[in-house]
Amino acid sequence: MGNQNSPGPGKPGARRQFRIWRGDEDGGDLQDYVVEVNEGEVVLDVIHRLQATDAPDLACRWNCKAGKCGSCSVEINGKPRLSCMTRMSTFTEDETVTVTPLRTFPVIRDLVTDVSFNYEKARETPAFAPPADLAPGEYRMQQVDVERSQEFRKCIECFLCQNVCHVIRDHEENKQAFSGPRYFIRAAELDMHPLDAKSDRKEYAQAEQGLGFCNITKCCTEVCPEHIKITDNGIIPMKERVVDRRYDPLVWLGSKIFRRGQVPQTSVTSEHVSGAVRGSAAHGGVHSHAGGSHDPRAEVQAQRGVNWDREVPRPTAPAVDDHGKLPLTELTFDRAAAPSPFGDDVTFPLPPEHLNFAHPEQDKH
Amino acid sequence: MTNTTRIERHHYDVVVIGAGGAGLRAAIEARLAGKKTAIISKSLFGKAHTVMAEGGAAAAMGNVNSRDNWQVHFRDTMRGGKFLNNFRMAELHAKESPQRIWELETYGALFDRTKDGKISQRNFGGHEYPRLAHVGDRTGLELIRTLQQKIVSLQQEDKRDHGSYDARIKVFSETTITELLLDGDRVAGAFGYYRESGEFVLFEAPAVVLATGGVGRSYKVTSNSWEYTGDGHALALRAGATLINMEFLQFHPTGMVWPPSVKGILVTESVRGDGGVLKNSDGKRFMFDYVPDVFRKQYAETEEEADRWYTDPDNNRRPPELLPRDEVARAINSEVKAGRGTPAGGVYLDIASRKSAEEIRRRLPSMYHQFKELADVDITKEPMEVGPTCHYVMGGVEVDPDSGAAFGHVQGLFAAGEVSGGMHGSNRLGGNSLSDLLVFGKRAGGHAATYADSLPARPKVGVAAVEAAVETALAPLQRDTGESPYVLQQDLQAVMGDLVGIIRRENELADALGRLAELRERVAKVSAAGGRRYNPGWHLALDLRNMLVVSECTAKAALERRESRGGHTREDHPAMDPSWRRVNLVCSLDGDTVRLARKPLPTMRTELIGLFDRAELAKYLTDEELAEFDAQVADVETEKER
Repeated sequence: MGNQNSPGPGKPGARRQFRIWRGDEDGGDLQDYVVEVNEGEVVLDVIHRLQATDAPDLACRWNCKAGKCGSCSVEINGKPRLSCMTRMSTFTEDETVTVTPLRTFPVIRDLVTDVSFNYEKARETPAFAPPADLAPGEYRMQQVDVERSQEFRKCIECFLCQNVCHVIRDHEENKQAFSGPRYFIRAAELDMHPLDAKSDRKEYAQAEQGLGFCNITKCCTEVCPEHIKITDNGIIPMKERVVDRRYDPLVWLGSKIFRRGQVPQTSVTSEHVSGAVRGSAAHGGVHSHAGGSHDPRAEVQAQRGVNWDREVPRPTAPAVDDHGKLPLTELTFDRAAAPSPFGDDVTFPLPPEHLNFAHPEQDKH
Repeated sequence: MTNTTRIERHHYDVVVIGAGGAGLRAAIEARLAGKKTAIISKSLFGKAHTVMAEGGAAAAMGNVNSRDNWQVHFRDTMRGGKFLNNFRMAELHAKESPQRIWELETYGALFDRTKDGKISQRNFGGHEYPRLAHVGDRTGLELIRTLQQKIVSLQQEDKRDHGSYDARIKVFSETTITELLLDGDRVAGAFGYYRESGEFVLFEAPAVVLATGGVGRSYKVTSNSWEYTGDGHALALRAGATLINMEFLQFHPTGMVWPPSVKGILVTESVRGDGGVLKNSDGKRFMFDYVPDVFRKQYAETEEEADRWYTDPDNNRRPPELLPRDEVARAINSEVKAGRGTPAGGVYLDIASRKSAEEIRRRLPSMYHQFKELADVDITKEPMEVGPTCHYVMGGVEVDPDSGAAFGHVQGLFAAGEVSGGMHGSNRLGGNSLSDLLVFGKRAGGHAATYADSLPARPKVGVAAVEAAVETALAPLQRDTGESPYVLQQDLQAVMGDLVGIIRRENELADALGRLAELRERVAKVSAAGGRRYNPGWHLALDLRNMLVVSECTAKAALERRESRGGHTREDHPAMDPSWRRVNLVCSLDGDTVRLARKPLPTMRTELIGLFDRAELAKYLTDEELAEFDAQVADVETEKER
């Protein structure tokens, strides 16, 4: 496989236009190639054909060529993809296919990037803690309980989620304090592991992995080739429960008395906490980072966490008059000052269910 | 070019070459034994070919059927390997694999569960009871991730105790070993290069564990990745070790043959275990015509009985689709040759008409997902086109069964996993490789550590050997007259695929040896364009000589063995010959020449051979051996009477 030049039994190969980034850390540019493409092939097949013909030293990573090892991550026409899972039939016949290395990581050569950042973060994430009282062979777990973690263990470590995460993609300086979606779901996986003996996974994710920096744009979920619901099933539950604990007055008090990580275990089981939250919400007036609202329903909503799922309204253009001008004149306007840049129909403070931003330093309150 | 003279040096107690299941398990063991351990990974950490294993890991835990135990597993393994297995390895494997699987749970693995919360086990070809611990159809990924994470957890301990993650166990990713260095007969180190920079690196270590996997890249249609170039096989040969059983290659019966984006990719046997059936272009379920006599008793004769088995396995015999892999591969090959194949040269594997779409998606999630995304094939709606694909090499480094130490005239060399030979005999049962990795990975790592301790002084790496290794490695870059490594690889794949493939003939094998000799000349003059930094052409040029020498071993042994058995089918000698069962073919290297020798198989201990019916043994053993067996049984009887 891979290196074969012979066309399959289908249509004979067509010539297609490719642009591939060639270079190293000192720079490089896109080079044009015209290459034969046969029916049923994927981008990686074409890269292999290029290696065997025009570009023998073209550097790319690959292993299984079956979407199972996560080695061949690149950006194809700007989209982060596995090149072994990108079918040529998804492009039109005259479309130029542009292949570039992952943008978030330093280039080594051509399509190969230095992904060691991810392995460093993997090493920093505390490992599974086996239960002390169970010998090998004595582990008993129910299928429904292991399934939640199993979803995250499908991860093939292609690092596409790390590549698209804005927190690292746009801010190199965040890499120090931010582990990225891959390691949030690792933390979530261990948090949901029925027998993991460590109980502060969420607190760790917040304090050490930079979970708070994530502002839930769901880009990671969108690119995941394993279709892991990274945001909905991993990150949000982690954030929510961190929020639960943070705004539970008992836990809050406890965290003032004990140092972080030394919170007494009894107060951090999720049943206990959610019970406490319900209780306090009924009384109203609990401190919430959304502030101000005394609507109990909104307060409960706030306690459960911010409404990350809310669809952000798209900005709309204002109505204009026949001349294409805004219909504003000082004379006809119904108030005496300039209109609000947020729109005059918005009143402050915003109800918490309309928020979708968590301040990264919210835990410092 | 950057620096060409600098060679980075490292000192370790144990160097493990290969970061798949066997390598990682060996490294964990060596590190737990207190040895400073290096893991050399040809790819990134966690990408090894082990991730491709779908079905599961066979271990007689008896969670689903309590009648299962190590004796039954041992019997199945020997049967599957057509009694050519090293019995001691099969015994250790059957006895120790449950422990190895349970151990993985303490590292954090999450297998699928039974109703009572134990590890679930599934049916698989050649296994009498449901035996494969699994996670959907991504068991290999679970295994590699679990071992990877265990290594991280050991590194975290080391960071706590010694201040550095790399204090006692370090992963050298994207690093390839090109040469083992010896001090007399003793392993002294390993020489290689970093893929990223092209810089050379020298590991000085008294003990080396080979865990480099297989040789599939020498074949045209293969499920194997670029790494599978027989590096460990060739390193062992050049260091003075021997290879056995190299004629036995497993062609997985059901690799995709169409479309090309998925060509060679395996369709897990669980598709058949869950009800999938093989049909030819006439729509006939043909496997009933191919049940060999030795298996007649265990397999259904009618479609009705076969279909009842899925729900009532205790009162019905198994469907013939679940015959061992070699039988299924041969049957498909025969159908295609008889003109009843698909246009792409395969047969149909149909699960779409037998299970609901929902059930298929639930039972085979990654299979469904993979073909949908890679090839736009919906396995819940249409049958798959499948055919035999080069998948696994049973042959490998001849090792001591208990310690994994290589035979031949080299000390300090160990091997585990696919690169070692003997465990699977002439054919490997599905599911036995993942448990093989764990059982013998642990053993090899542990014994390598013990060996390193036992040495009074460290062997020394000779300067001349390092210089020679540098020269060999740089040669393809310095030549600009030779052929492209890609062309040479294609030619090698054509020779092996066409002449030393699934069905073999004497004249073709002789022809193959002639062509391999020509290729050897051409490979010696290969030239690679470009520089030393991450240059796949150069890397392939260096791998070619390994692929070539291992291919020669396979072709020579295949020519010598005049019978058909497991992963070796001779059209001119179609029957299994009991006298050949007593013989292992052993390859060694004499200068540049591959030498082949015959060696008798070790004799099975009485209590082990006693696990089989005489009627079954009669199919495999010579009359002479049967007479011995009868005498042993008589002895035991008289023993009892006293």
